[in-house]
Amino acid sequence: MATLDLGMEDDIGAAPAPRSRQLGLLFWIAIGWMALVFALALFAPLLPLPSPTDMDMLERRAPFSAAHWLGTDGLGRDELARLIHGARISLAVGLFAPVIGLVIGGALGMLAGYFRGRLETLVVGSMDVLLAFPPLVLALAVTAYLGQSILNLTLILGVLGIPAFMRVARAATLTLARREFVIAAEALGATHRRILLRELLPNVLLPLVAFFLLGVAVTIVAEGALSFLGLGVPPPVASWGSMIGEGRESLDVAPRLAFLPAFAFFLTVLSFNLVGDSLKAVTDPRQGAL
Amino acid sequence: MSEAPLLSVEDVAVDLPTARGPLRAVDRVDLTLGAGRTLGIVGESGCGKTMLSRAILQLLPRKAKFSGRVMFDGQDLARIDREHLRKLRGRSLAVVFQDPMTSLNPVLTIGTQLGETLQEHLELDSVHARTRSAELLVAVGIPAPEQRLMQYPHQLSGGMRQRVAIAIALSCEPKLLIADEPTTALDVTIQAQILDLLAREQRRRHMAMILITHDLGVVAGRTDEVAVMYAGRVVERAPTPVLFRAMQMPYTEALLAAIPKLDAAPHTPLPAISGRPPDPTRPLKGCSFSPRCRYALARCHQDKPALTAPLSADHHYACFHPLRTAAGVDA
Amino acid sequence: MLGFIVRRLLYLLPVLVAVSLLTFLIASLLPGDLAYVILGDQATPENVAALRHDMGLDQPIWWRYLGWLGHVLQGDFGRSFRTGQTVLQAVADRLPVSIELMLLAEIMGLIIGVPLAIVCAARAGGAFDRIVTGTAFGMLSVPTFLSAILLIYLFAVELHLLPATGYVPLSEDPIGNLRFFVLPALTLALAEWPGIMRVLRSDMISTLQEDYIALAKAKGLKPSRILFVHALKPSSLTLVTVTGINIGRLIGGALIVETIFALPGIGRLLIGAIFTRDLIILQGVVLLVAAGFVMMNFVVDLLYAVLDPRIRHGHA
Repeated sequence: MATLDLGMEDDIGAAPAPRSRQLGLLFWIAIGWMALVFALALFAPLLPLPSPTDMDMLERRAPFSAAHWLGTDGLGRDELARLIHGARISLAVGLFAPVIGLVIGGALGMLAGYFRGRLETLVVGSMDVLLAFPPLVLALAVTAYLGQSILNLTLILGVLGIPAFMRVARAATLTLARREFVIAAEALGATHRRILLRELLPNVLLPLVAFFLLGVAVTIVAEGALSFLGLGVPPPVASWGSMIGEGRESLDVAPRLAFLPAFAFFLTVLSFNLVGDSLKAVTDPRQGAL
Repeated sequence: MSEAPLLSVEDVAVDLPTARGPLRAVDRVDLTLGAGRTLGIVGESGCGKTMLSRAILQLLPRKAKFSGRVMFDGQDLARIDREHLRKLRGRSLAVVFQDPMTSLNPVLTIGTQLGETLQEHLELDSVHARTRSAELLVAVGIPAPEQRLMQYPHQLSGGMRQRVAIAIALSCEPKLLIADEPTTALDVTIQAQILDLLAREQRRRHMAMILITHDLGVVAGRTDEVAVMYAGRVVERAPTPVLFRAMQMPYTEALLAAIPKLDAAPHTPLPAISGRPPDPTRPLKGCSFSPRCRYALARCHQDKPALTAPLSADHHYACFHPLRTAAGVDA
Repeated sequence: MLGFIVRRLLYLLPVLVAVSLLTFLIASLLPGDLAYVILGDQATPENVAALRHDMGLDQPIWWRYLGWLGHVLQGDFGRSFRTGQTVLQAVADRLPVSIELMLLAEIMGLIIGVPLAIVCAARAGGAFDRIVTGTAFGMLSVPTFLSAILLIYLFAVELHLLPATGYVPLSEDPIGNLRFFVLPALTLALAEWPGIMRVLRSDMISTLQEDYIALAKAKGLKPSRILFVHALKPSSLTLVTVTGINIGRLIGGALIVETIFALPGIGRLLIGAIFTRDLIILQGVVLLVAAGFVMMNFVVDLLYAVLDPRIRHGHA
């Protein structure tokens, strides 16, 4: 194929140039956005905004104006206020659910990686069973039985995250448990508990935190998807996902109603992914995605 | 023999950019090789002999900077276009790498890896390629070739894998074969067999060959000419018998002394060369070998000796204090 | 090879059993509800008790589980009390749609991802590589429903090129059928290709640094042959694994897509069962989907062994 001159002819060992330390501009922009969203969400009730639930039937789907900076939605509610309050929900679920995974999965993983043997087989095996279910299916099934609420949603999404955190913690523990400082601690007669908490935990924490940030991104997406379908946060509470779902109705007349929350959603998920990935690259340089 | 040599390496230098500055892996090397003749290139690890072979093949890493000319069969390999070069490789110019476990593709059969060169360069169809491949395997000493063709590299022993690599290299009757430490990764017992195989095939096919090794013993009796490399330069070059009889470089002497001898008394300490080769990113002002040289004089540390041939036209060396003057008589 | 298959199957069995147990347990969390749900307005305490007795809901849980499992192993997954259809029948009706969707999505994802990965690997670090890799990373932050909205807006609302919802069976009208599948499959493919591209690219970059690639170049082989035969084949292992792992995510994604684009697949069946509280269907479908998922992973493991002769012969 003479046309496919890929220019790689004489490059033995042509490894790509190492990525510049990705703690660059993009990283800080992402941090900035995350901080902004977080601050807005946190202080939402204190901000001088119109109420997100006040309906104004005369101003439905109104375009941008001084009274309503981002216009109004299909029921006349202020779009900007809804966006900011929606952030609260999306972030709340997005942040709290992975904490469940981090704590439980991290603990299980460390125990499995440290004690090995039957405990490990049991833990890994049960995680495998959990992983055998396509996650969304499981989430839907459980919400169907337990009912729709923010708490249930957070719980199930948190539980679904446990296997992933378990894996990260276990992998880190397996490599660390063989290092000298652990063997030294054992030789000094340290108890298991002490080794786990004082020696291993601080070192396992770093990759776990990086993974946590990625987990936040994934959870926001999962909650968004479920809410989009009307199966996530129960109305009248609105998250970005449900706003996008509602906006779908007006795609032909007012596409901004879907795309404004979509854009905020995308930027937030992207930011968490960027920061989480950068941290992952710092803790384990082989795994970076960019 | 006044015809132009088959291969003429002219003022070839290879620089590799590193974090600590440019690394001169090959420092202005000149070599020639006539058709059907064998050249041995000897040196320690890191002396640049592998980089030199890659420079000849024009298979340098992307970041490497190359300068000089590589005249092969009248053409400068560094200047001809890619497609032309590709046609020469495998056909007129062949190579055998050091470790056959990594140089053969683990997920392709022997038959595929042997046949594809035949199909590419000689345009044989698959049936003929298969027959020819079987013949080649027999020629390199692998019995039951039909079975072997369908096997994968991991199913063969190390020695057999290298034979396959040699078969691949010989398949299109190359004019020049470069063997880069072909036996280093193999058992000692197999080494002689492989080297003899190479020598035999070289004679039979009247093929030029470059034998790269760190072991002076390997080139004795198997090469026409030897070039000794150190720190990226050729420091001595002579026809093989002349080199062994009348070596001039202290480094060459040290290399020879470092070969264990069968008839030495048991537990004779092996005279290893003390010290290490210089850091290629910090070239020395004087002779690169001077820090480790037994005979070094003040001048050796100050000036770099040029490669000259004061004794006889075919014996080049780069030393201010060659062995002849050190010992006072012909060594 | 046979030993390998048997070993993997033996591992499979306990997992499948555990999956069925977990499904049943979830379903049994609130057994009272089932009888209430079925009876609806006629849920007087006597009727509920009677129905529960009829359905065996007053038996101990492990007994009910074994009973259910027994039925399941004979192929009886139960019957929807809404539609009267057996679970198997309902699934069989819907399965072709879901499979067609996932197949098309994966194929599209491969069509986009594999060539990009190869070109990026061949010119790693170059401008093209950086743009594509950056885009892939960005795409990972665009969830399925977002792509869906975007595509619907572009192609259906603005350009009026493709339909936003609807379905016609393949047997009736192949062209029409494909038209309805383009947007949904593309939505899923947009989520698939970054993962495929990234994994294959990374694998090929390391493969391209191997000695045997250097030898292939020294043999004067065509660059296309080096890329597609020498480099792609060893790297295809990861591709197969990734494709297999993707199936799990595809199932979840297909769920969303089927609902958005109104395709009558398993996902819609599941969502419908949730809305109508048809718990029998829910239980059966979840079990089938999970079991299918486990089997899929098993097949991937097998394919993996086929592609890497070292595993087949007990090495590696």
